[in-house]
Amino acid sequence: MSNAWESFYDWFDAILDFMPELPVGDWIEAFVEWLQNAAWLFMAIRGTVAFVTDVFNGFFSLIPPILFILILTAVGYLLVRKTGKFGLPILIFFGLLFIESIGYWDDLILTLSLVLTATLISIIIGIPVGIWMGRNDMVRNIVTPILDFMQTMPAFVYLIPAVAFFSIGIVPGVIASVIFAVPPTVRLTNLGIRQVPAELIEASDAFGSTPGQKLFKVQLPMAKVTIMAGVNQTIMLALSMVVIAAMIGTDGIGRQVYYAVGRNDLAMGFEAGISLVILAIILDRLTQALNPDKRAS
Amino acid sequence: MAKIEVRNLSKIFGRRPKPALEMLKEKKSKDEILKETGLTVGVNRATFDVNEAEVFVIMGLSGSGKSTLVRLLNRLIDPTEGQIQIDGDDLAKMNDEQLREVRRKKMSMVFQKFGLFPFRTILQNVEYGLEVQAISKEERHQKAMEALKLVGLEGYEEQYPDQLSGGMQQRVGLARALANDPTVLLMDEAFSALDPLIRKDMQDELLDLQAKMQKTIIFITHDLDEALRIGDRIMIMKDGAVVQIGTPEDILMHPADDYVSRFVEDVDRSKVYTAEHIMTRPETVNIDKDGTRVALQRMRDADISSVYCVNRSRQLQGIVHAADIAEAVKRDERDIVPYVQKDVPTCSLDTPMHDLFNLTSTSSVPIAVVGEDNKLEGIVIRSKILSALSGKEVNEIE
Repeated sequence: MSNAWESFYDWFDAILDFMPELPVGDWIEAFVEWLQNAAWLFMAIRGTVAFVTDVFNGFFSLIPPILFILILTAVGYLLVRKTGKFGLPILIFFGLLFIESIGYWDDLILTLSLVLTATLISIIIGIPVGIWMGRNDMVRNIVTPILDFMQTMPAFVYLIPAVAFFSIGIVPGVIASVIFAVPPTVRLTNLGIRQVPAELIEASDAFGSTPGQKLFKVQLPMAKVTIMAGVNQTIMLALSMVVIAAMIGTDGIGRQVYYAVGRNDLAMGFEAGISLVILAIILDRLTQALNPDKRAS
Repeated sequence: MAKIEVRNLSKIFGRRPKPALEMLKEKKSKDEILKETGLTVGVNRATFDVNEAEVFVIMGLSGSGKSTLVRLLNRLIDPTEGQIQIDGDDLAKMNDEQLREVRRKKMSMVFQKFGLFPFRTILQNVEYGLEVQAISKEERHQKAMEALKLVGLEGYEEQYPDQLSGGMQQRVGLARALANDPTVLLMDEAFSALDPLIRKDMQDELLDLQAKMQKTIIFITHDLDEALRIGDRIMIMKDGAVVQIGTPEDILMHPADDYVSRFVEDVDRSKVYTAEHIMTRPETVNIDKDGTRVALQRMRDADISSVYCVNRSRQLQGIVHAADIAEAVKRDERDIVPYVQKDVPTCSLDTPMHDLFNLTSTSSVPIAVVGEDNKLEGIVIRSKILSALSGKEVNEIE
């Protein structure tokens, strides 16, 4: 018995030896190189992304820190006024004050601008793709494995083609963030559209709605809460990615973390780290507060 | 011409339905087709007409294809084969644009679980069908308010569906369907999700509304009592095929087959039968002609203790009792008029059997059934009510 097994093992091993090594890496490299032909396209993207980021950053920089803190606190207060959970405005006020006091304000504003840019692009791409998936099974069957791929690939890997196409700096950081952060918006938009009860779809059809009316008057309003949950996740993922993107020269708080690691500077690492945590919590809670069930009150 | 004419309408679920359609033509059963082709028959060559302004009930157990059929009528489900003529136009051949127009102007639908949009107020829900037609805000508002008033929901415009009870939510569903002023209303198990008492109220209200509006209503239900209550005609379905079409009486009295008989076995007959079904031919005396001796003889022959009196044109005059007449005969009086008691229990031809229970239990004499001009049409005796309840033969009505 064991003899038969061994001979089979040897035979199989011989086959494995025979198999050529598939040059997957070479193919992808060739593909990326081929894409360089569309350089004008990447230039255009680069310009747009840089412009949007600059607009956010320029606008936020105009506002004096203390005014910015007060405005954001007021927004937080207005959002939670009805629920009576005043932790959010308190967190915003003291959290931002802390970041300003340890001297990370400019980095904070830049990081925030990067996150907002990446989120904006993710929404512009993600929601339409999600809607398309939600209404068409074939599209869903094609897009789902792509999303799985995008989410399981280690985030660092996206930095390499991002640099190849957009060189270093802010723009490849935003692009890598978009690739990393867009899947939740797509997935949850699709889910939200599909979760609309069949009877509501029938009602909408039975009264003679066009497909567009059905989408905007029934499906999107019904899916809103789910889509917003996806956007919230996208913001969180974008924030984590713009930090990692410091490795390819993207500025902001991430850069400080990256430096701190390089210099083994514990104090700086924690200051920057805590700043990021505060920003993350504020963004998360703000977007969640933006997404209440309107009929709860 | 009928409002809606359905001809050979079939729905086969599954890809490549052709072989199943062929098998339907060979009169193969739903089970056989499923076994041989793996295709499910939703509706099997249904043919029927729905008349203008009638309540047409489609009844069947779950899986009988009734819900599929109603969705074929407004093409929420596309038919595999057959025609659906509405006002002479074939719905099955229409393109999307024409179909939308029919759905917006001619047909509305009321859903089993209401199908209200939870994020819209009651008013916005009712306005939906008008909104998709791009009707101006004022007109929309006005029509929606009228529809809400019709169903008795004024004052709830700004509420949300989940703030209302089930019965009220379905009124909203009805108001939404009525707001477009359609000629055809499709109601898919519209009252099945409601409590029995509320269901009965809604049925009454629907009948009241129908008396005013004269819509063509196609009502789906699995509840025979409901079907008998509201239907002008009833169509019974089984395994996607039409088993019988007829008035409630037809269905009860001449079930087409065992399936229908079993259906109607448990029906509460007291709600369906009227005095006309169970009345018997009375012995009478004619006060213009007959005297006391004739009256007494008649009672003796028929072995009864009282007899109804009519005049020459068979109009009800009253009742005489054997004891009184016997006295009169002894005293040799001929005229019976002084002995006629005018106070007698009466009912009309269409008094439901249900109401006759009370009358018979409080009365010692049979109930006189009077028709037009106070004419005596028959009498109802208690034993006949009981035998009708137990499913025995009843009178046929032309």
